[in-house]
Amino acid sequence: MNLSGFLGQVFAILLALVLAPLLSGWVGQCRAWFQNRTAPPLLLPYYMLQKLFNKEVVLAHNASSLFRAAPFVIFGCMVLACAIVPTLSTDLPFAPAADALALVGIFGLARIFIALAGMDVGTAFGSLGGRREMLVGFLAEPALLMVFFTLAMIAQSTSLATIVDTLAHRELVIYPSLAFAGVAFTFVSLAENARVPVDNPATHLELTMIHEAMILEYSGRHLALIEWAASLKLYAYSCLGLALFFPWGIAPGDNFLALVAAIPLLLLKLAIGGVLLAGIETINAKMRIFRAPEFLGTAFMLAVLGLLVRLLLEVRT
Amino acid sequence: MTSLLPIDFLLIAACAWLLTGLSGLLAPRNTRFVSKALFPLGAAIGIAMGIAALSALGGEAQTAVLVIGLPDLPFHLRLDNLSAVFALLLGFASAGISIYAAGYFRKGEGAAPGVLCLEYHLFLASMLMVLLADDAYAFMVAWECMALSSFFLVTTDHRHEEIRRAGFLYLLIAHIGAIGILLSFGVMTGGVGGGGGDYSFAAMRTQDLAPFWSSAAFLLALAGFGAKAGLVPLHVWLPEAHPAAPSPVSAMMSGVMLKTAIYGLLRVSFDLLHTTIWWWGVVALAVGLVTALFGVLYATVQNDMKRLLAYSSIENIGLIAVGIGLTLIFHAYRMEGLAALAMTAVLYHCLAHAGFKSLLFLCTGSVLHATKERSLGKLGGLIHPMPWVAWLALAGVIASTGLPPLSGFVSEWLLLQSFLFSPGLPHPWLNMVVPVAAALVVLVAALAGFAMVKFYGIIFLGQMREPALKDAHDAGPWERAGLLWLTLVTLLLGVLPSPVILGLDAATRQLLGAGLADTLNQQGWWMLAPISDERASYEPVVVLVTIAVTLLLARWLVRRLFHGRVRRSAPWDCGYHFEGPRAQDTAEGFSQPIRRIFEPGFRMQRHFPAARDKHPVYRVKVEDHFWYWCYAPVARLADRISALIVRLQGGRIAVYLMYSFVTLLLLLLVARP
Repeated sequence: MNLSGFLGQVFAILLALVLAPLLSGWVGQCRAWFQNRTAPPLLLPYYMLQKLFNKEVVLAHNASSLFRAAPFVIFGCMVLACAIVPTLSTDLPFAPAADALALVGIFGLARIFIALAGMDVGTAFGSLGGRREMLVGFLAEPALLMVFFTLAMIAQSTSLATIVDTLAHRELVIYPSLAFAGVAFTFVSLAENARVPVDNPATHLELTMIHEAMILEYSGRHLALIEWAASLKLYAYSCLGLALFFPWGIAPGDNFLALVAAIPLLLLKLAIGGVLLAGIETINAKMRIFRAPEFLGTAFMLAVLGLLVRLLLEVRT
Repeated sequence: MTSLLPIDFLLIAACAWLLTGLSGLLAPRNTRFVSKALFPLGAAIGIAMGIAALSALGGEAQTAVLVIGLPDLPFHLRLDNLSAVFALLLGFASAGISIYAAGYFRKGEGAAPGVLCLEYHLFLASMLMVLLADDAYAFMVAWECMALSSFFLVTTDHRHEEIRRAGFLYLLIAHIGAIGILLSFGVMTGGVGGGGGDYSFAAMRTQDLAPFWSSAAFLLALAGFGAKAGLVPLHVWLPEAHPAAPSPVSAMMSGVMLKTAIYGLLRVSFDLLHTTIWWWGVVALAVGLVTALFGVLYATVQNDMKRLLAYSSIENIGLIAVGIGLTLIFHAYRMEGLAALAMTAVLYHCLAHAGFKSLLFLCTGSVLHATKERSLGKLGGLIHPMPWVAWLALAGVIASTGLPPLSGFVSEWLLLQSFLFSPGLPHPWLNMVVPVAAALVVLVAALAGFAMVKFYGIIFLGQMREPALKDAHDAGPWERAGLLWLTLVTLLLGVLPSPVILGLDAATRQLLGAGLADTLNQQGWWMLAPISDERASYEPVVVLVTIAVTLLLARWLVRRLFHGRVRRSAPWDCGYHFEGPRAQDTAEGFSQPIRRIFEPGFRMQRHFPAARDKHPVYRVKVEDHFWYWCYAPVARLADRISALIVRLQGGRIAVYLMYSFVTLLLLLLVARP
């Protein structure tokens, strides 16, 4: 591991930590514009984080040690995920630490912890949220892995860096399988990040909550870390989608100039992605929880179709 | 005098286990002597045996002949790499379980402790002999000893009727399986030496069977070993026998005994039958997938914690069978690199499952002792009185869900890798089916997460559902030591995959002629890159360390930059104030989404309360389809036939004499010289 690579890695993590709340703020702002509301300030998530970190933690009487540890574990998982996803360059020292399958595993680990933390205090809404989160999880995970399988078949590798490298620096061939995979990935990202139409991050109606229901009992720094982790997850998924389906501009090695050029391009792509996400959230309504299997089943079917298209039409053996 | 070989050590270990068991009979009622002296001794023997097996790994096969048994039929024994891997598994898992058992067995529970000690150690010794047997005769003798000793262990608490029923069901299916195995051995010896027959495995290896007969042998072995391992539809005994048995026995059966069946299946399909036909793999793959999906779906809807784990064992065995199927397919097409990858996944999953499932079963044992309660609906909040058990169980839960950085993830990762690089199979049809099978494997893994969150969340988290749970106590020092040992195994298997795979390499090389050692990235012990690091790599240490460092750094920074103040208060729960334990999800409630989505997969009876019921009752009963599809008709048929036969038994001697007379006449007519 050379020094410049290490510095690049640290920079990528810090960038993720800084940009992630900004992305959430941007999506919130766009959503407000689309919905003809007065937009909250762009930096709202930072103010929120600061406020929450300053507030004291109010713990329920029977909150256990797991409840207190979970926000830190989730935050750690999300930071690791952001470190693995190739955002600016594909030459990351952490890239071999986890391939696409392990990335899904890391998200899964965070999910288990948040679901368990939701069940910890023993309130009606907490366990409801935990159960629904696991429901969405087991529906979304196979679809996500099928998307990765399709990409892995194209790149002959499950390493994210190699996949992005292959996709970014290939000759201009249109893979129909990528279209299927891209749509499936979008569906999964919406579900995984607790977005409309599966969940609503801005909901105040407890019975429709998924993510919010699990974290109802959190406060202070714990809530701040969970919120931050949630925005990191959105950032990781956005960067992953951009890197996999719009990989242009990601620096191939530790070429410093290409790295510098990649930053504004990433910002631009994230901004456009945020507008699209806000658009999707505006034109859709939240669906009933038992429509979620249909939604994610569609995603799974599309991903499988992508895989079969890849096998049937694109591989010439 | 020649130096002792590892196989001699293993035989000594088997004898030592037997003697340990027998010395339990010296003072059968002396709980203190049996539990604090004999069980730890058994654990020490287990560790020593594991070390001996480890030293045999990678070496030449060693053979021995024991002149016991029938005249002219000595026991042939052989320790090769495959046996060594499974003996290692037996050694490390039994060490943890025995240590735990030292603290588990108490006075006045079921059979006398000395008898229990004998059965338990006989069980261990017979499993070791199964692994060492090198002829069909020794194998079947050891196999039956294993089945019988475990039957007696299951029925330790034989005063309860359902425990006796579970024991008989287990015994019945074990014997159906044994018949399959015996017939399979019979087919494999079929051609040798006319009537005499050479029952040694060495003779079977040299056989050239016609494809029809080798397929018959394979299918019989699959059915026979599948009955022991719990493959659908012969799985019904697992969810009955595991809850009935004392927890260390459940742990031993689920963690180790199921693996002896896997060992047998591997032995027959890759060693004794040296030709492989591709559709064998498809059969094993299909059966494995059905088993895994079935197991995990039923695990999610169970309300008894040990039953839930039993179904989860069925799921894991299914995944192992999927791996075996994949290995068979690759092996049949001479794609040895991929076959080695899939085989490594199989062996790794055997080791990992032995660790984490024993751990989880032992945790349920501690919960059971502390609360006297197996039903999830009456537990809850146990992390407060039992922090040790709760945190160690969390390790088991994470491993069992197949999440990094613990052991379950490594084997699932290897399995998925071997699925992913499968294109290139000569069958276009297989090329289509295999990725879809991979999708189902992923679905199974994700559903396992649901089942495990239910298991953990309902037992250890939330509010206590019964007031009596406040008096629960944490596990004692012996129990803690056993749990810690198995957690350590789970952790090491999780973070050090490369050294373990290099160890397993000898076994895959023996079975397939190829291993992963050539392609495995040798740059460092921390990195797992089975084919090349371009293709796929996983560094569990980095994952673990990064999460841990971020966690600690975040904690330190937050406390440093802001504050660490905490105030306790009543839960918020959106301002609702009826926050009693009854407001939480019940076990039934938690699995409601699964029951709804996969409704056709279950046989359900539900009773909903009406709106104006004074005492509203909600009841749901989920039963196994297979019981009604496969077993109930057979039982009815047996009933009907016996009802017909009963008619012959009028109870009058004159009638019986007439039967004899008629039979005699008939014989005279038919069998004239």
